[in-house]
Amino acid sequence: MTDISEESIRSEVKGWLEENWDADLSLVEWRNKLAESGWGNPTWPKDWFGRALPSKLASAVQDEISQFGAIGTADSGVRMLAAATLLEHATNFQKNKFIRGIVTGKDTWCQLFSEPGSGSDLAGVTTRADLKGDNWIINGQKVWTTSAHHAQYGLLLARTDWDVPKHQGMSFFVLDLLQPGVEVHPLRQMNGHASFNEVFLADAIIPKDMLVGKLGGGWQVAMTTLSHERRLADGMRGIWGSAAKKAKGRIFEELAAEVKVALEPYKWYPQRAGRVDIMIKRAEETGAINDQVVRQEVAKALTIHQASQWTALRARQAQKLGRPPGPEGSLGKLAASNVARAAAQVHTLISGADSMLKGEDGPMNGIIAEILLSVPAGSIAGGTDEIQRNIISERVLGLPKEPRTDTTGPFKDVPRNIVS
Amino acid sequence: MKHSFTDEHEQFREFVRKFMGANSDTTEVRRLMETDIGYDTDVWNNLSESLGLPGVHIPEEYGGQGFGPVELCIALEEMGRSLYCAPYFGSSVLATTAILNAGSTHDKEKLLPDLAAGKRIAALALAESRGQWDAAGIEMIATKTNGAYTLNGEKSFVLDGHSADFIVVVARQADSSGEDGITFFTVEGDAQGLDRRLLNTIDETRKLSVLRFNNVEATPLGTVGSGAQALQKTLVLSYVALANEMMGGAQKLLESALEYAQMRVQFGRAIGSFQSMKHKLADLLLDVELAKTTAYYAAESAEECAKDMTAVASMAKAYASDTYMKVAIACIQIHGGIGFTWENDTHLYFKRAKSSEVFLGGPALHREQLLQNWDK
Repeated sequence: MTDISEESIRSEVKGWLEENWDADLSLVEWRNKLAESGWGNPTWPKDWFGRALPSKLASAVQDEISQFGAIGTADSGVRMLAAATLLEHATNFQKNKFIRGIVTGKDTWCQLFSEPGSGSDLAGVTTRADLKGDNWIINGQKVWTTSAHHAQYGLLLARTDWDVPKHQGMSFFVLDLLQPGVEVHPLRQMNGHASFNEVFLADAIIPKDMLVGKLGGGWQVAMTTLSHERRLADGMRGIWGSAAKKAKGRIFEELAAEVKVALEPYKWYPQRAGRVDIMIKRAEETGAINDQVVRQEVAKALTIHQASQWTALRARQAQKLGRPPGPEGSLGKLAASNVARAAAQVHTLISGADSMLKGEDGPMNGIIAEILLSVPAGSIAGGTDEIQRNIISERVLGLPKEPRTDTTGPFKDVPRNIVS
Repeated sequence: MKHSFTDEHEQFREFVRKFMGANSDTTEVRRLMETDIGYDTDVWNNLSESLGLPGVHIPEEYGGQGFGPVELCIALEEMGRSLYCAPYFGSSVLATTAILNAGSTHDKEKLLPDLAAGKRIAALALAESRGQWDAAGIEMIATKTNGAYTLNGEKSFVLDGHSADFIVVVARQADSSGEDGITFFTVEGDAQGLDRRLLNTIDETRKLSVLRFNNVEATPLGTVGSGAQALQKTLVLSYVALANEMMGGAQKLLESALEYAQMRVQFGRAIGSFQSMKHKLADLLLDVELAKTTAYYAAESAEECAKDMTAVASMAKAYASDTYMKVAIACIQIHGGIGFTWENDTHLYFKRAKSSEVFLGGPALHREQLLQNWDK
């Protein structure tokens, strides 16, 4: 087993790109070529559009594609999560059916996990899958589903056995969204946006061969998806090659459209984070910076913001140096939540009565209103502050786990929402 | 070193921690608290000889170890963790830094070697009865008569002023105000006309004194009348040093609270298994880690003389002030009734937290300093 050098990999990719890059192809056509070469996802198995390279070299490959001005694999949205999940748990039949469509960007995917009755309690899914002949019949509802409104396929977690304990009765499927039993509705948020969907499943049909992993082993498959979600959380960054950004031509227009669609649900996320970046500028522009109270609150928000940034750098540096992970790496989400709330309060102080206004009547053409109305999402989405505190106290501080009453005994006996 | 400590730093920390563990457990702290002098001279000599800590940031040419702010802050963090009772902050941080910044080469050659070796102990007399640690707050006037200077007035909150061998005093020339006319002086501890009285403080591990000057002869330190900049530089490093010392104590309290929560059983289970406790401790961990990061970053900036050094020094001091108190209050709370007793060690740290909160200026003042110096 020879050790491949980064240098040789880089020159190999470059050579291949020189031979094969063609900006006159359509996006899907180019990505088909890229997929077949294995350079699109070089860490994947050779049988499945990869080159089995170590992850260290993968970033070198991506860098070469970027620098060349070419376009990489389709990795926006849920695509890479779907691919990672299927590569680990799917049958060859399923991989043959879906992987190419993922990496070429031909198909759009969504993740059907959360339900109105199971948010933090993800394992409490009550969407049911009942086997009737050669098909699974699906009934239930999913919520907070990004891109369901234009997705072809979904990663579905549903309950197949109600008589066994909670975590043992779920199964994982690929759902074809384009069928009568699937209805997608946008979910309107308090900030006016509708970035996510509700998905209503009424006798939706899934053929037997679309079960992913073992029957009753759905939780393990879902864990794979979630572990990659955590890893790829910053995935929105690497969508464009820096050179590709400036290029002209049909293929780049197609890419721009794809990126626009992928990023559309998140356009209010900077406001969700509190916009600490404009705090001081706003205070200066409005003269609020001369108010003693405003100055103190600005300084407080600035402090926890900077401290969070530097703490993330501390964690990253420790990782780079190969040091054992300290607590500093698990605190980011909780810290960000506190920063956002502090910043929202500062913006309120600065804007005064104008905090009541939105849209064109509101300060900064509605940006301030969007901050005030988006910040509450940060402490909830992607793992609530309360769950974060549980995780920190248990995994970092070693305190006892919560006593559970829902994990043994048949799931059908586990209490659900109490309606008087 | 960006955003991390080197292996050498960690080794250094180990040495200091071991020394503190062997020489400054809370039994020792309680013993020394009861004394007027407040420290053990044998331990101080040992600290000086074996680790050279009083001179850690004094350049080698003046007999010091030749290290910088980062090493100084590591030592202080470990001292804060153990509530080490000694004139280290007053002498090795405040007075030494003042001499380094204000003194002429001759002054430094004369004064620093003994300080570095731990043979002499100094104190910095800066704040007066109003408790302001800046040039504007100085009212004490240095009168020049026939080429010699005399000091009249009162200095307060002087750390180890009552026991120091000599005092570094900051006064102003007659008819000056604000940053003008600021001058550093040295005065022997037993000088004629100098009356030193120990103050009654809630933190008995930190001996503060009030010094009354009645025509006390004083020797100028550095250039007469232009000490404002040296004062500012001294204060900025002292803020960073104090922030790091405070975070050592805060971290220790967090560990103590966690340990208790894991041990104490009520209602058939460890109180640390109750979610209110878990969440409280998780929030404390977050606060402590963020404030520690800020203190470390401030030490780095001081070491590199970075552009953000002044702003970040105050950021760190303010944040440490709030965090140390937050953890102290929470630690008492988590201990329940016994947390409020004299016998439990938490109050020792609580009192250090309370005292440090306002020493060298409180959090609001430092937040103001932060904003004034941000993005400069």
